[in-house]
Amino acid sequence: MTQQAAADSSLSSVISARDLDLTFQTNDGPVQALSSVNLEVGKGDFVSFIGPSGCGKTTFLRVMADLEHPTGGSVTINGVSPENARKARAYGYVFQAAGLYPWRTIGGNIRLPLEIMGYSKTEQSERVARVLELVELAGFEKKYPWQLSGGMQQRASIARALAFDADILLMDEPFGALDEIVRDHLNEQLLALWARTQKTICFVTHSIPEAVYLSTRIVVMSPRPGRIADVIESPLPRERPLDIRDTPEFLEVAHRVREGLRAGHAYD
Amino acid sequence: MRSVLPVLTVVAVILGLWYAASVWLNAQWALDMAARQDRELGGIALVLDTWSQDKPKLPAPHQVAAELWKTTIGQNITSKRSLVYHGWVTLSATLAGFGLGTVLGISLAVGIVYNRVMDMSVMPWVIASQTIPILAIAPMIIVVLNAMGISGLLPKAMISMYLSFFPVVVGMVKGLRSPSRMQLDQMRTWSATRPQEFLRLRLPASMPYLFASMKIAMAASLVGAIVGELPTGAVAGLGARLLAGSYYGQTIQIWSALFMAAIVAAGMVGLIGLIQRVTLKRMGMT
Repeated sequence: MTQQAAADSSLSSVISARDLDLTFQTNDGPVQALSSVNLEVGKGDFVSFIGPSGCGKTTFLRVMADLEHPTGGSVTINGVSPENARKARAYGYVFQAAGLYPWRTIGGNIRLPLEIMGYSKTEQSERVARVLELVELAGFEKKYPWQLSGGMQQRASIARALAFDADILLMDEPFGALDEIVRDHLNEQLLALWARTQKTICFVTHSIPEAVYLSTRIVVMSPRPGRIADVIESPLPRERPLDIRDTPEFLEVAHRVREGLRAGHAYD
Repeated sequence: MRSVLPVLTVVAVILGLWYAASVWLNAQWALDMAARQDRELGGIALVLDTWSQDKPKLPAPHQVAAELWKTTIGQNITSKRSLVYHGWVTLSATLAGFGLGTVLGISLAVGIVYNRVMDMSVMPWVIASQTIPILAIAPMIIVVLNAMGISGLLPKAMISMYLSFFPVVVGMVKGLRSPSRMQLDQMRTWSATRPQEFLRLRLPASMPYLFASMKIAMAASLVGAIVGELPTGAVAGLGARLLAGSYYGQTIQIWSALFMAAIVAAGMVGLIGLIQRVTLKRMGMT
């Protein structure tokens, strides 16, 4: 890729990583968490990152969010550095646990980033009502987190990440702690939400079916050093009912992901 | 009712042991007196005598209760004989010291959590400060402040503060650090400023720790105020009552002052517990 071509593609893509390296200095010596990672994420993409523990998928997401700093290469978010993107409120980040404050109501929790960002009181209320609607939690604004189930809490935390209109949603195994049935339901809702809001979503997961069901692209990663083993473009349509998971196309993609993961392991 | 019975049982056992102990400790004196007066003393008469001496080694519970009644309900509360008056003298110094100690403790904790230099340097001094026996430095504080023309409530409050800031520092450092890595990262993704992070995350998260620390601080504060009253020469306060009682062998007065101190401490700690319950309930954290 020539310099000019590289610049062009980073203009058209929302997230662009080039030769990304990240080495942690630990007591046991340096650990290479990411090695020569290259990736372009286009606007409106739903990209899943899948791989075994230690493959750097969460670290990669944290680099995009300016929570970790690469030791080599570069990342741009909307054409600017992660730090500037964070300050420009370019992304919402959903963590593994809902992380709602027990001393705030659901509404108060969603209001939290809005207060920090200095939205007016009336706008805060409007936005809280709107995102609660979006995650189907209307009517729960005055409830405290402990009054909600785990799945509802995680939906509230997604609502919180959506509240300030970031175009990018970074999700780090948001449904990892939930049971299969709740997870299916939330996956379905997430797809509906994505279709409605046109967000660009980066989604870290351990689950092959989840990755295949949700994504337009699946990034298969492998450990030691953390790197991208394969990038699979999903041939599945954007409209996906839950039973698409029984179609041959779905199983074909899942098979490719599994192959990619196995190849990554064999390299070890 | 089910919860009252065990409590009453424990109280009854303590009273029983107490009465038995006062028979055991006071019997020698009663027998000596009887021998000097060539009287025979034994059985019920001996037991009753040990429970009604003027200056017993260990006064019986009813003697302490009678003294408490006489010096609280039976006295005008402005009288120097009133335990309510002395209790208030001590309590006012306790509350002043507790307030100062809590403010100092929270300030140091904030410094330790937010400033690396303070984190590395302050804690050892805080711990060292508590290894010095308070009885050793209390007179010095009183004397030095007196030389500077400060007397009355403030020197006692300083000693209370000295004892009460410690649990608050320890508890609040722990409390302000209680938010998880994830919660702090989350604040960072919103580009929250340090004051925002403090007010919206660290401070509310530390509330349960603060109340637990304040209960210990309150008890320590009362001890500080009483200790502070000893070197002033028994002017006023529960400490003064304890000192005067021991000068004149007034054991009943000592015990009633001790009970007054315990009642004040229990009341104050109970009050903090009540504020804790109301606050945490309103915060949805119970």
